[in-house]
Amino acid sequence: MKLEVKNLSYQYTKKGRKILKDFSLTVENTERVGLAAPSGYGKTTLCKLLSGYLEPDQGEILLDGKPISSYGGYCPVQMIWQQPEFALNPRLRVKEAIREGDQIEERILRELGIEEDWMNRFPAELSGGELQRFSIARALGKRTRFLLADEITTMLDLITQSQIWHFLLKEAEKRKIGLIVVSHDSELLDRVCTRIIPLEEEKGEQSGQAPS
Amino acid sequence: MEKETVLKIEHMNIVFTQYDRGMHQTELPVIRNLDVEVRRGEVVAVVGSSGSGKSLLAHGVMGVLPYNARMGGDIQYLGEKLTKERIEKLRGKEIVMVPQSISSLNPLMKIGPQIRKGKKDPASQEKLKAIFRRYDLEEKTEELYPFELSGGMNRRVLISTAVMEEPRLVIADEPTPGLDKKTAKRAMEHFRNLADMGAAVLVITHDLELALETVDRIAVFYGGTTIEEARAEDFQREENLRHPYTKALWRAMPRHGFQYIEGSQPYVKNLPKGCIFSPRCSQCQEACRGEIPYREVRGGKVEIR
Repeated sequence: MKLEVKNLSYQYTKKGRKILKDFSLTVENTERVGLAAPSGYGKTTLCKLLSGYLEPDQGEILLDGKPISSYGGYCPVQMIWQQPEFALNPRLRVKEAIREGDQIEERILRELGIEEDWMNRFPAELSGGELQRFSIARALGKRTRFLLADEITTMLDLITQSQIWHFLLKEAEKRKIGLIVVSHDSELLDRVCTRIIPLEEEKGEQSGQAPS
Repeated sequence: MEKETVLKIEHMNIVFTQYDRGMHQTELPVIRNLDVEVRRGEVVAVVGSSGSGKSLLAHGVMGVLPYNARMGGDIQYLGEKLTKERIEKLRGKEIVMVPQSISSLNPLMKIGPQIRKGKKDPASQEKLKAIFRRYDLEEKTEELYPFELSGGMNRRVLISTAVMEEPRLVIADEPTPGLDKKTAKRAMEHFRNLADMGAAVLVITHDLELALETVDRIAVFYGGTTIEEARAEDFQREENLRHPYTKALWRAMPRHGFQYIEGSQPYVKNLPKGCIFSPRCSQCQEACRGEIPYREVRGGKVEIR
């Protein structure tokens, strides 16, 4: 299975800057691709486009040759967000949040180190690291083919970070899930990715920002 | 001469009350025994496992714990007890906090007025402009709302809110995730400058690597306890570290092998006896399950038998 991005362009407002311009990328489901780019480049916007939360202005996103928007129901490209506190409904207990996913296996919760006792809590009653495990679990539904990891472990301690990545790599390998990993931590990318694409400023048109 | 101690926390503990079933309440001791000290001109990092109570420490000091939390222990600010009345007067002025979540920003208020706290005088305006320049934020950011900015930009906005005042104590709760290396480093250097100008800075962070470049001392938390206090230079070599957990943390750094250990931090409802790390520790011995003193070892402090 292949995820293809062809000449993607996107801007939030008509007059605003182009966040992405003519962006292309092809990822196989056996690959783990790292994207490294400076803050404000548009990495999160790219992830939102790929997982169907936003529609591109120009260009196409194809999964197995078919546009991603033509997949009705569950989107096979799932995104894990940088800030779990925004990604989980504050009015639902986290066990309900897990049910939003696609038939999440018990095993996944266990392997992510989720405690039985946390399940009954509301998001505000868990720490950032605990919450992130739920949003990772939720994205690992049965029909997930590609996973977009947008800075998913920056709020975790090093041991937990390593633990979660070891789990994700094993899971992705086993289920043939392709990974796109966004991170500022180049050493982390070196560790987890099969290929790294450094994104440079001029492509994202970082206009008007003072050079340091 | 020993520099003046700005913040001293001893035996801090925080207990949450939860409704279990019906009217029945249970207590969760999330922080059991935290000790941290920050002196003038010093940057101290607090690192440790996720959910070990690092953010609660900050909230406890600032007096913004949720209604169902109770705090015990002793917090001293400039040699005097930091009471509820005192922190209410000082916070936002002498004592400032950079919160962890960008959801702390008011979503309905433009960035500029939000950082200036509504002040419109030329001095505040000028100061804000200077801060924006320092953090690479465009001037027009002032007129935007938080949702219009990227994660990394909002992060820089949060840091800006703290430096609008001239604080004597800065508590930064995870100030750098989502920032690229360069910006993150600059943010840390800025905390360093604040300290060099005489403030005391406590940075709560996961980014051990980044912290090591700028801070003086590091306090390591695990399961709501301080298990080690080390100098930044102790982290150059694994042998210099004292506690097995700190060593495991060192080995989990991507450059030092990216190793992990099985299991997770013990849940507050079923804590082990003695050393809190003992269930995951490969060097655990019988004595580790008894009473463990917090003592000085090689210029640092460690909770070890």
